[in-house]
Amino acid sequence: MNVSSRRRLVVLYVLAAAMLISLGGRLYYLQVMNNTSFTKLAEQNQTRDVIVPAVRGQILDDVGNQLVTNQTALVVSVDMMTLNQQPGGAAPVLRRLAPLLGTSYTHLSQETRLCTKGVSQPCWAGSPYQPIPVDQHVSDRVALQVMEEQSQFPGVTAQAQPVIDYPEPYGANPAQVLGYLQPITPQEIASRHLPVTGFSGVDLVGQAGLEAQYDSQLRGQAGTQVVSVNAAGDVTGTVSQTPPVTGDDLVTSINAQIQADAQNALNGAITRSRAEGNAANQGAAIVMTTTGRVVAMASYPDYNPSIWTGGITQTEFNELFGTQDGEPILNWATQGQYAPGSTFKVTSTAAAVADGYPLDGLYNCPASVNINGVTLKNDGEPSLGDMSFAEALIQSCDTVYYQLGDDMYLTDDPNANNSTGPRAPIQKMQKMELAWGFGQNTGIDLPAESTGTIPTRQWLYYLWKDNARTGQDWCKYGRQNGSYVQQIEYQDCQNGWQWEPGQAAIAAIGQGYVTVTPLQLANAYAALANGGTLYSPRIGEALLSPTTGQVVQKINPPVIRHLPVSGNTLAYIRDALAGVVTQGTAASAFSGFPLNQVCVAGKTGTAQLFGKNATSVFASFAPCNDPKYVVVVMVPDSGYGADVAAPAVRQIWDGIYGLEGHKAAVPSGQLPSSPPRITATGAIDAPAGYTREP
Amino acid sequence: MLGRSSPSYTVRGYSAPRAGAFAGRPRSLLARAFARNSVLRQMDWVLVVVVCGLSAIGVVLVWSATQPSLLAAGEDPRTYMKKQLLWSVIGLLLMFAVSFADSRRLRSWTPVAYGLTLLALVAVLVPHIGSDINGARAWINLPGGFQIEPSEFAKVALVLVIASVFSHARGARPGLRSVLLALAAAAPLMALVVIEPALGVALVLVAVTATMIVLSGTRLRIIGALLAIVGAAVALAGGAHLLKSYQLTRFTSFLHPSADLAGAGYNAAQAKIAVGSGGMFGTGLFHGQIVAGNYVPSQQTDFIFTVAGEELGFVGTITIVVLLFIVIVRALRIAARTDDLFGVLIASGVAIWFAFQSFVNIGMTIGIMPITGLPLPFVSYGGSAVFADMIAIGMLQSVRRHRSVFD
Repeated sequence: MNVSSRRRLVVLYVLAAAMLISLGGRLYYLQVMNNTSFTKLAEQNQTRDVIVPAVRGQILDDVGNQLVTNQTALVVSVDMMTLNQQPGGAAPVLRRLAPLLGTSYTHLSQETRLCTKGVSQPCWAGSPYQPIPVDQHVSDRVALQVMEEQSQFPGVTAQAQPVIDYPEPYGANPAQVLGYLQPITPQEIASRHLPVTGFSGVDLVGQAGLEAQYDSQLRGQAGTQVVSVNAAGDVTGTVSQTPPVTGDDLVTSINAQIQADAQNALNGAITRSRAEGNAANQGAAIVMTTTGRVVAMASYPDYNPSIWTGGITQTEFNELFGTQDGEPILNWATQGQYAPGSTFKVTSTAAAVADGYPLDGLYNCPASVNINGVTLKNDGEPSLGDMSFAEALIQSCDTVYYQLGDDMYLTDDPNANNSTGPRAPIQKMQKMELAWGFGQNTGIDLPAESTGTIPTRQWLYYLWKDNARTGQDWCKYGRQNGSYVQQIEYQDCQNGWQWEPGQAAIAAIGQGYVTVTPLQLANAYAALANGGTLYSPRIGEALLSPTTGQVVQKINPPVIRHLPVSGNTLAYIRDALAGVVTQGTAASAFSGFPLNQVCVAGKTGTAQLFGKNATSVFASFAPCNDPKYVVVVMVPDSGYGADVAAPAVRQIWDGIYGLEGHKAAVPSGQLPSSPPRITATGAIDAPAGYTREP
Repeated sequence: MLGRSSPSYTVRGYSAPRAGAFAGRPRSLLARAFARNSVLRQMDWVLVVVVCGLSAIGVVLVWSATQPSLLAAGEDPRTYMKKQLLWSVIGLLLMFAVSFADSRRLRSWTPVAYGLTLLALVAVLVPHIGSDINGARAWINLPGGFQIEPSEFAKVALVLVIASVFSHARGARPGLRSVLLALAAAAPLMALVVIEPALGVALVLVAVTATMIVLSGTRLRIIGALLAIVGAAVALAGGAHLLKSYQLTRFTSFLHPSADLAGAGYNAAQAKIAVGSGGMFGTGLFHGQIVAGNYVPSQQTDFIFTVAGEELGFVGTITIVVLLFIVIVRALRIAARTDDLFGVLIASGVAIWFAFQSFVNIGMTIGIMPITGLPLPFVSYGGSAVFADMIAIGMLQSVRRHRSVFD
């Protein structure tokens, strides 16, 4: 053996030693020093968190009728992540699936595309990683076929899942009150800290109405199941699990029968008004207790809430949100802002009495009054001479209130009218209106409530600031000698921020800038009826656990404040409103009504609007001596309060008490005092003495 | 031949010693086996014990690696373990058999071994004879469901043929002619292995050839010239895209392990997780969750080290590394103590074979080497590999016994 071989052999020893050191060192580094992080990685590797979705709670009426419930249905969902990985993409699978589901490939591909900018309905608003339900009710045969032929339908599953259902007891469909569910978006998951369930059709969140308001309670608690998986992703066992907790059932104070009556009455009023050539394309009817509980809330036009289930078409979507169809998606009872008209004379009376005008005084009711150089007429009436407040309310004399509005304007702080800016003092009469809950949210348990308008000086200032040179740009379009509208715009440009006697006069009869929501009006009348307590109304009555039947939470309408009106004055006004029905503006609408059985009191309102038909309003309560309920109907662009709204209100009273051939919705007009019970088997028992829809 | 009595003969006129005069007393087989100059006494028993230890670890790890999937498939959970045990026993017998051959016989076997290996490597490419597994035509089907992997034996043949070429060289140091001859002999083996393709084995062959050329004692300038040519060839090959793209991906993925976790980086990442999660003492045999979940591919063959990593921990892995180190050092020691060039080259060729293969195999499971299809010597499941490894140990034993012709 030569010398160089031997020398070079030494290098191999060195290499062997280097190998020992490098492998040993690296192993020590990985296994001993970094063991913790690799153990964690290994655990992530080997387990998957499967979220077990919770069944959503039901929404019940006050005797336990299901307004919203769940039905187990076979749902076919497609996992687009899997489908897109197929040779040829998703199209071949969807083409095979479409005839099976009795639909077209075009429709399926539209339903499964993502809702991004520029994509119209139908589209998938949820996470792209989530299976998309494409059919919510398939037959057993179709479900079997899908599951048996997985080679034909990769990524397509058919599973029994709870699907939301609207049984519409007695035809009650408070669609806008209930709200709707939509697939959760990734943004919403993040903002609400919800787990991603990865199951189809259950990652839904309430998007409006009670479903949105009580979403967290109705949603329940998704369970988690930690399963061990092998490298192929096959589940090999369950490591641990926490079962899902079913969402609580929401018992509402809605009474399905009264709701149905209110809907029918409202629909009838609108149909009658339209027959007379009015536009009448929206309206609201509210029944609430004088303790702040909403018994019925109807908004016209309504819609069938099940169109949201399983994907909505673009046509349906347009109809739902389009102004052309009266925007059925909106709840006009809380979102409509209409002039209250003469129903506002109640607060004006209270404001005048609070300002020192004697309750038993006499007030002149001329055919017209001159306010600051403008002649305002008593709506079609001759001079009626001196009258009491009661008579002014019964006859709905406008000139009495014009005069009061002007007088109170003149006795108001004179400097305040020159004060501009957000901190200008509130006028005397507006203080009373605000105290009755107008111009602000009632705080009802529904999202997206409107505030209505009380034109305080602050409000005027902002209106002027927003529209003088921007917005409507009065200063640009206004003409001193132009058309009527141009003249007003010219005036508004000059001093639109200023509270003027004319405005004060027409605000006193609920017109001009004044708007209220039907709910605000009903709530104010409830305060009048109950002796002065203004509640924040509630639709929810209690949350029940569907498993134990226990009352999880009782929901009571909180008291906002007590009206700054003496009990004596309120009693006086109530008596006057009883007279409206017997001998006043609503007498003809209530002619023949069995007032001896149920004494109804109320006030008509007919708010004239420039360029439109009048808003027809009737606000009422009963029984007169011990009011239990308030019923309000408002139909804009429809005609006289006595002609459109009052007959609808009468119909609703008939339904509640079972008068004039109607069946009583609740025995002797008494609502149940306790919520329905849920038994151990999950069945719903109506409160004692009441029955659910058969 | 040694230890046998010489044939008796008589020469008339001279009084030859009586037959058997120098033969000593007749001895029992056992006594002969343990005689001072007997084969068994001259064996490197440390090497034998270490190799037996590695084989035993291998059998247990193969058992543990295959039990979950065999159980899941409803088969005998010890199927692979039994086979590996059988291969190891046969392998040990092969080792002993080769040990008995002397240097000259090894040299005389070289052309046969070389020829048979070439034939087998060609045979794998022939349809119906060779079988295609995972895109590589590396196996010959034998009756009875057995398969043989000729590329494993190519290592043995290569070591023998190169050692043989250089030992025939004239002069004190082998010249260019011997080097070229050695390369010419190695080239067909490498080419056929690359065609299969068994890239890992080809790399072993390259490493072994290069090391043996260097150790032959040939002049540095020849080595330098060779390096220059190889460098140029590699540059050209890179330009001509001779490497298949998946091969390139595998080579580069280990440099950026997290770049493509679902693809080529997956194996590397899972292997590292398996080893890293083992900790100091591991989960215990048959308790590895990653093993049971089948996360690491080929875990009874190329990735057997991950099973040791997860189930036996650092204690187990360092034991394997140290045992392999002992095998390599014993081989180098044999090389260093041998005078004849043939023996030196055989021993050092085997040493670099085991060293390279062990380093690459273990290195790929711990993220310091690219993923290549190489078994861990003595430990990985597979008859051909075990046989080839054991034959190599037998060759070491044979070389050791004939350290010096003047012994």
